Amino acid sequence: MARIELASLAHAYGPRPRGDADYALKTINLEFKPGGAYALLGPSGCGKTTLLNLISGLLVPTEGSVLFDGTDVTEQTSEQRNIAQVFQFPVVYDTMTVYENLAFPLRNRGVARQALDLRVREIAEMLGLTPSLMQKARRLTADAKQKISLGRGLVRADVSAMLFDEPLTVIDPQLKWELRSQLKQLHRQVGTTMIYVTHDQTEALTFADTVIVMYDGRILQVGSPQELFERPHHTFVGYFIGSPGMNILHASVEGRTATVAGRAIPLPRAYDRLADRARVELGIRPEFVRIAPQGEGVPVRINRIDDVGRFKIARVSLDGQALSVMVGEDTQLSGDSAAIEFDRAHLHVYADGQLVDGKA
Amino acid sequence: MTLDKTVNNRAWFMVLPVLVLVAFNAVIPLMTVVNYSVQESFAGNVFFFEGSKWFEQVLHSERFHAALLRQLAFTATILAIEIPLGVGIALTMPRKGPWVSVCLVLMALPLLIPWNVVGAIWNIFALPSFGLLGRAINGLGISYNFTRDAGDAWFTLVLMDVWHWTSLVVLLAYAGLMAIPNAYYQAAKIDGASRWAVFRYIQLPKMRRVLTIAVLLRLMDSFMIYTEPFVLTGGGPGNSTTLLSIDLVKIALGQFDLGPAAAMSLIYFLMVLAMSWVFYTVMTREEART
Repeated sequence: MARIELASLAHAYGPRPRGDADYALKTINLEFKPGGAYALLGPSGCGKTTLLNLISGLLVPTEGSVLFDGTDVTEQTSEQRNIAQVFQFPVVYDTMTVYENLAFPLRNRGVARQALDLRVREIAEMLGLTPSLMQKARRLTADAKQKISLGRGLVRADVSAMLFDEPLTVIDPQLKWELRSQLKQLHRQVGTTMIYVTHDQTEALTFADTVIVMYDGRILQVGSPQELFERPHHTFVGYFIGSPGMNILHASVEGRTATVAGRAIPLPRAYDRLADRARVELGIRPEFVRIAPQGEGVPVRINRIDDVGRFKIARVSLDGQALSVMVGEDTQLSGDSAAIEFDRAHLHVYADGQLVDGKA
Repeated sequence: MTLDKTVNNRAWFMVLPVLVLVAFNAVIPLMTVVNYSVQESFAGNVFFFEGSKWFEQVLHSERFHAALLRQLAFTATILAIEIPLGVGIALTMPRKGPWVSVCLVLMALPLLIPWNVVGAIWNIFALPSFGLLGRAINGLGISYNFTRDAGDAWFTLVLMDVWHWTSLVVLLAYAGLMAIPNAYYQAAKIDGASRWAVFRYIQLPKMRRVLTIAVLLRLMDSFMIYTEPFVLTGGGPGNSTTLLSIDLVKIALGQFDLGPAAAMSLIYFLMVLAMSWVFYTVMTREEART
């Protein structure tokens, strides 16, 4: 296990990057603590796999360095870094049995037969692969194959970190749940640093203690699932995490008051005068918007109501700006208009997408 | 469950063109050969039925045995060279970039040359008097003359076939290699696999299907090879490079022994068929088992 540090790391796939646009990953600084469970979360093409491959050594960065326990490993191969990685599509060695597959990384490293046998059987037991140990790997289902890929990482007891690149993409939905919880359990059992790349927020939030949200080659926020939910540092984080995502409203802000569509909305904190040109927005999660009692709140038009089981989501518009409101199953809404109110404590102000800290 | 089918006998007319075509290009020629193989023919279209006489004669003929042996040796030699060489070249070819198309075109070139032209090119190329290859070898102090020495003739013949057909193996193997997802190589790197292990456990198993096809094609083609050795050596010196097809043509058209030639054709045909079938069955069964 190692403490992994990324220092001013940037990567471009082309040979001579000029502008910002040429970089798949823009300059970042990040630290992974030993034994942590991390998730890199972001939409396709945001640079999360690039970042993962830079950590594992499959890619050499254009700029900056990768440090393991303070030692610069930027020029080292994955093997030298002692990294384990599981890929999106399960990789098994077709001609080998499950046992041979699991033993492969150890054989390549010249581990003695007896120690190898013990370790392979232990890992197979841990993953529930014992019954199929002597079967040819290519005959197995996708989830079993993915377990083998995982197992090839786990057999090496001393790995610096285990990296996962969207490992559940090709797994059937019902098995996804099972594998996901198994993975979480494995992390507690073996305690290795794990970094998990995904574009699925549920996977990220259930697996990781710390989630790193990325967009367009940048890191927008690093935090616990709860922090990401309660205090998104960027409107994209607010929108990307949560279902439905955060409501973003164009507004103007002065002191403790925001004005949306000519209506004053009191804020929990005081804000200094924001820069003139900045795009000012108000963010609030649908969970913290309520239908107001008669005669109060901000009037809105109801566009649609989605019933998702335990609650309903009302899609409304406030002077042309769309909002989602979580409504209890027993709340009755009639007609096409209603009034809403905001839970004051959870209102956030953003300038050009970035969270602005207010004063209490 | 029954399907409602319209019965209309005029539908048979629709299959007629295919039947006519198959009859003309396969059934009729083949039956002509079968017809010759059981009869003795004399000038003026006089035929006598001979039964299995020609088949027995061919199967017991030393000349046939010698030609068959040469044929087997030739096929085994070129397979042993072309398959590993083709795989080796495919492995060294670039996987991406501008050189890919350059390599592919260069590789495809020999395949585009008509077979008799290949024979003619190598005939001139290898001539000891003024051919580049012939002069060069002799210039090195090694006596070389493919028109006089049987060993030299064989060497030239094999070299020509390797030059002509290794590309086919290369292209097939390359296609197989390109189909391997990058994740396999990355996983192998992470598992600490050596270059040999990558070849043995990833590339070779993934190339298996295309290599089956490559071996099958080269096996059949080399077994039926005629034009190139005919132009290069004409079966000589002596009978040293007289392969089955060359011998067959000598009997049929040189000596005009239609009966034995027909019997030999049928035996030849059945051998190619049987070999291909055995080979294909073995390879696919192996595939199903693993």
